[in-house]
Amino acid sequence: MNRGKSWIRVAAVAASGLLFLTACSSSDETASETTDTATTEEGATEEAAAECTELTPVSLQLQWFVQAQFGGYYAAKDLGYYEEQCLDVTILEGGVDIVPQTVLAQGGADYAISWVPKALASREQGAGIVDVAQVFRTSGTLQVSWADSNITTAADLKGKKVGNWGFGNEYELFAGMTKAGLDPANDVELVQQQFDMQALLNREIDAAQAMTYNEYAQVLETVNPDTGELYQPADFNVINWNDEGTAMYQDAIWASEERLADAAYQDTTQRFVTASLKGWIQCRDNAQECADIITANGSKLGASHQLWMMNEVNKLIWPSATGIGVIEPELWAQTVSVSLNTKNLEGATIITAEPPATAYTNQYAEAANAALTAEGLNTTGDAYAPIEVTLNEGGN
Amino acid sequence: MASTRDRISNGFVSFLWALAGIAIIGLMWELTKLIGTIIDLPFNTSNQAMPHIWTMFSAFSLPEVRGSDTTVFQAVLAASTYSLTLALGGFVIGVSVGLLLAIIMQRFLFFERGLLPFVIASQTVPLIALAPLIVGIGNQISFGPIQWSTTYSVMFIAAYLAFFPLSVGALRGLQAPSSTSLELMRSYAATNNKVLWKLRFPASIPYLVPALKVSAAAAVVGTVVAEISTGVRGGIGRLMVEYARETTSQPAKVYVAVFGAILLGLVVAAAITAVDVLLTRNLPKKGLA
Repeated sequence: MNRGKSWIRVAAVAASGLLFLTACSSSDETASETTDTATTEEGATEEAAAECTELTPVSLQLQWFVQAQFGGYYAAKDLGYYEEQCLDVTILEGGVDIVPQTVLAQGGADYAISWVPKALASREQGAGIVDVAQVFRTSGTLQVSWADSNITTAADLKGKKVGNWGFGNEYELFAGMTKAGLDPANDVELVQQQFDMQALLNREIDAAQAMTYNEYAQVLETVNPDTGELYQPADFNVINWNDEGTAMYQDAIWASEERLADAAYQDTTQRFVTASLKGWIQCRDNAQECADIITANGSKLGASHQLWMMNEVNKLIWPSATGIGVIEPELWAQTVSVSLNTKNLEGATIITAEPPATAYTNQYAEAANAALTAEGLNTTGDAYAPIEVTLNEGGN
Repeated sequence: MASTRDRISNGFVSFLWALAGIAIIGLMWELTKLIGTIIDLPFNTSNQAMPHIWTMFSAFSLPEVRGSDTTVFQAVLAASTYSLTLALGGFVIGVSVGLLLAIIMQRFLFFERGLLPFVIASQTVPLIALAPLIVGIGNQISFGPIQWSTTYSVMFIAAYLAFFPLSVGALRGLQAPSSTSLELMRSYAATNNKVLWKLRFPASIPYLVPALKVSAAAAVVGTVVAEISTGVRGGIGRLMVEYARETTSQPAKVYVAVFGAILLGLVVAAAITAVDVLLTRNLPKKGLA
C-alpha cells in the first residue's frame, strides 16, 4: 500500500517537473520566434499557434439552418481560421423556434448571430448582449411586386394588398410606408404572408416581402407558365428599404455583456471576431468556394440558389468603407430610430427607450480590421464587384 | 380458437380498405382541383398550391440537389428512419415513465390525488413554448463527458407527449380488476406486488394497448414537431422545413416529405398492432374492454 502511494507521488513530481520544463522551453521558443519574425506577416499567426496548447471551445448560435447567409463562419471553420486563433468553434444551427439572442443570454452559446432590431428588443427585455461586429452593412429586405402593378416606391403601396411576415419582420416596411405619408393600418390592406412567394405569383397579394438572398431568388427560379421560361427580374419591381431610408441593421455577432467583463472572454471574443471576419473576406473573393463549403456542410439548397445567396450576402457586406464589422453611428441611429418610432398594427414599437451606448462596441471589429490588414487582407472591399449568378429552375 | 389466422385475414381485408381509402382521398384531391378550374372556390387550387398527385409522385425520383446521386425519395426514407429512431427512443422513455407513474398512482391514493392534476396540466403546455425552453436548458446540461445535444431534446419532447396517454390508460387498467378478483387475491394472502403482477397487469392489457397506440402516435408527432421547432438535422421534420422553402418553384417536393411522415406514422401503428396481437393472443376476443 504505502509503497504504491509513494510511487504515485514520485511519478507526480516527475510529471510536473517535466511539464514545467516543457513549458519553459516552449515559451523560450516563442520568445525567440517572435523576435525573429515579428516584422513578417506570418509572425502573428505562428506566435498564436505556438502559444496555442489547447483550443478554446466556442459555440456560435445561428438564426437558421446552414446556408450561405452564414458563409463566413463556415469558411472560417473549414479553412482553419478559427484554429489559427486557437479556437474550436461549434456552429449551432437554428430552427423555427430558436431565438439566437435568447440562447446566448441563457448561456446556451458563447456567441449568436441576430438582426439588430430583434436583439435590441431582447436586450430591452433583459438579455445582456452586445453587438461586437456588424457583419451586414445594408438590409436585405425587399418589397417585391409585379412590374405591371407599378409599385416602385413606398407611396405606391397605397390601397394595395401588401404581404408581410409579421413577427417583427415588418418594421422596415411599416416605417417606409409611414415615411411616405401612409397609415399602415388604414391606407393599405395588410396580409400575413407565408415564407414562400406563392401568394405574389398567384396575384393574391400585390407586393410581397422578400430577402434579396432567398425569397427573391425563389421567384426567379420559378417557371413562368406563360413563357415556359424562368421569371425575369424585369417582370418585377422591388422597393429597397436602403433606398427608402428605413433600412435596419441585420446580421451581427452578439456577445454576452456580463462575460465581456472577463479578460479571458474578451480575448476569445477578439479572436473569434477576427477569424470570422477573415472568413467573410475569403467568401467575398471566393464566392463559389464558400458556396461549396456550405453545401458540404449539409445545406439542402440547390447549387445556383446557394451561389446566388452567397453573392447577395456579399453585396450586403461590401464595400465597407469603415472596414468590415465596424458599426457606423448613422446607420445604428437609423436602426434605433425606426425601432423606437415605428408602430406595428398592435401599436407596439420594437423598443421603448434608446439603448445605452454599451449595446454595441467597435473595439473588437476595429482591432480585427487592423490585424487582418496587417496580414495583407483588404478589409474594406473598396474594389469589390459582385459576380453574375444564373439561377436554374428550382435553384438547382 | 383459430383466431390468429382469422385476424391475419381480417388484417388483409382492412389493408385493402386502407388502400381504397387512400385512392378515394387522391380522387377527391383531383376532383377538388377540377372543380376549382370551373368555379371559384374559397381556397387556391392551382398547381402551385395543390400539385397533381402524379406531380407529387414524379417528385419522388428528382435528385435531391442537382448532381447528387440521392433522390428526394431516398433522402426522405433516410430522414424517416432517423426520425423513427428518435421517436422510438422518446416512446420507450415516455412509456416507462408513464407506466411507473401509473403504478405509483394506483398504489398510493395520495399520489393519484396529488399527481394526476399535474400529469393532465403537463399536456396543456403548448409544445412550441416548451421546445426552445428544453433546448435552452438542455444546452447547459452535461454528464461528465456526455454533452446534452438537441437530439436528446427531441427525444425528451417526444417522451413528454408519449407518457401522458399511457399513464392515464394504464392507471385505468390497473384499477380495472373487479373487487371479487381482488378479494380472491387477498384471501390467498397475496402481497401488493403479487397482485400487481398476477392480476392488475393482465387485467390492464385491454386498456394498455389502445394507450400504447395513442402514445406511439404522440411520440411520432412530438418528434416531427420538435425537429421542426429546434431544427435538428437528419430527421423528417427538418426535411419538411427545407423542402417547404422550395414550394415557390417546386411545390410537389414538400409532399414527398409529408408522405414520409405519414409512412413513419403507419410503421409505428403497424408495430403497435403487432404488439397488440402478441399481448392479447390469450385473451377472449369479444366482450372485454
